[in-house]
Amino acid sequence: MRPGTTAAACIALLRRDFVLTWRRRGDALNPLLFAVMVVSLFPFALGPEAETLARIAAGTIFVAVLLAMLLSLDALFRSDLEDGSLEQLVLSPHPLALLIAAKVLVHWLTTALPLIAIAPLLAQLLHLPANVLPVLLAALALATPLLSLIGAVCVALTVGMRRSGMLLTLLVLPLIVPALIFGAGACNAAQAGFAFIAPLLWLGAWLALALVLAPLAAAAALKISLT
Amino acid sequence: MNPLVLYFHKFGSPPYFYRVAGLWLPWLYALALVTGTVGLYGGLVMAPADYQQGDSFRIIYVHVPCAWMSLFAYLFMAANGFIALVWRIKLSETLAMAAAPVGAAFTFVTLVTGSLWGKPTWGTWWTWDARLTSELVLLFLYFGVIGLYHAIEDTRQAARAAAFLALIGVVNLPIVHYSVVWWNTLHQSQTVSFTGQSKITASMLWPLLVLAFATHAYFFASLLARARVALLSLESGKEWVRGLLTSEPAHG
Repeated sequence: MRPGTTAAACIALLRRDFVLTWRRRGDALNPLLFAVMVVSLFPFALGPEAETLARIAAGTIFVAVLLAMLLSLDALFRSDLEDGSLEQLVLSPHPLALLIAAKVLVHWLTTALPLIAIAPLLAQLLHLPANVLPVLLAALALATPLLSLIGAVCVALTVGMRRSGMLLTLLVLPLIVPALIFGAGACNAAQAGFAFIAPLLWLGAWLALALVLAPLAAAAALKISLT
Repeated sequence: MNPLVLYFHKFGSPPYFYRVAGLWLPWLYALALVTGTVGLYGGLVMAPADYQQGDSFRIIYVHVPCAWMSLFAYLFMAANGFIALVWRIKLSETLAMAAAPVGAAFTFVTLVTGSLWGKPTWGTWWTWDARLTSELVLLFLYFGVIGLYHAIEDTRQAARAAAFLALIGVVNLPIVHYSVVWWNTLHQSQTVSFTGQSKITASMLWPLLVLAFATHAYFFASLLARARVALLSLESGKEWVRGLLTSEPAHG
């Protein structure tokens, strides 16, 4: 691939972000640990009866995964802002939306994918029925990219702030409500023996919309924040 | 230049807006007070009691206009945010940010009156029904906009970032609303409609419409008052503000 093209820039950015994540792989494990801790707290609060836990299992796992991702979103642009490379990205001749999409992709692969991989373990902890597990995994696979994308827009708006954690939560949570409703709704429908395809399709439709619009919105937000 | 365009340009200039808004303010407040009193009297005293709900239905005379205003204020904020982002009009930034707390207040009143009405009627303060939940999400969106605006130090940058967030909220709000509708329902369906026949008698309807007018007047009065103060602090280094402070004793 010729250097200087947009594709080359995106691939260079992907490689750089993967290498940075790999060099600090301990940090990348934090969301996993957080999700496991949150999920394992619920039996203490609700009692160890399998039926009670099974009834709330899908929703609890969903909330735990979304919160764990929210925790890691904060750092999406922070190190880039600190070492000045974020400004170079904004100034580069390549479309900023594509570069941000590359960063979001890395965030999803390094944060959400491990969380989805650990979801079967969480499901076992809460006695989720085995036939619901595929639906849970599918719903997570559709809802977590949504959170990465929408989160990226909100992070871009709060990028210059020192203590943005609480504000970021306030910005992201109302926007992510539909993903939670449809994702957990699909699992609950499957658990009750109803059709669960429709909410998954809704999630997919929304993801398609966000895939196109969110990088553009994040680019615009970043330009506002860095002026 | 077209006189209408010229007028808009003039209106966008802070000193001119400050003066005109100051002239309108007392009238808007008076209008809100008079129509509000008439509407409340009509709704609380003159309108007949509901055959099912008795007198408790009267809270809709506060609840429904506030619910309309909570959406109207959001749309107003987003529209001004759009103008501010696209045409970089400073006054629109100020107006959008002045609308946010007023809209949040209307949303809060809607939630409180709704739950006060829900207790005698549904037997519970809160249900996770579609419209209540959407309204709660709307309140969070308002808080997000206000929080973002206050978290960024540079006022103009803060206004642009918050306006952008308001626009994202506009795209997202229908999705939230319909997903919540899909998720469940207990709320009674819509009774007042402008396109079709209203399912409410005229003697109950007119105070509602008068109050809707009164809340609009109050919204704009409150908006202009807030915008004037915001403009003064934003333009505090400018000549016209200094002139205003030295030539006449401060008012408004």
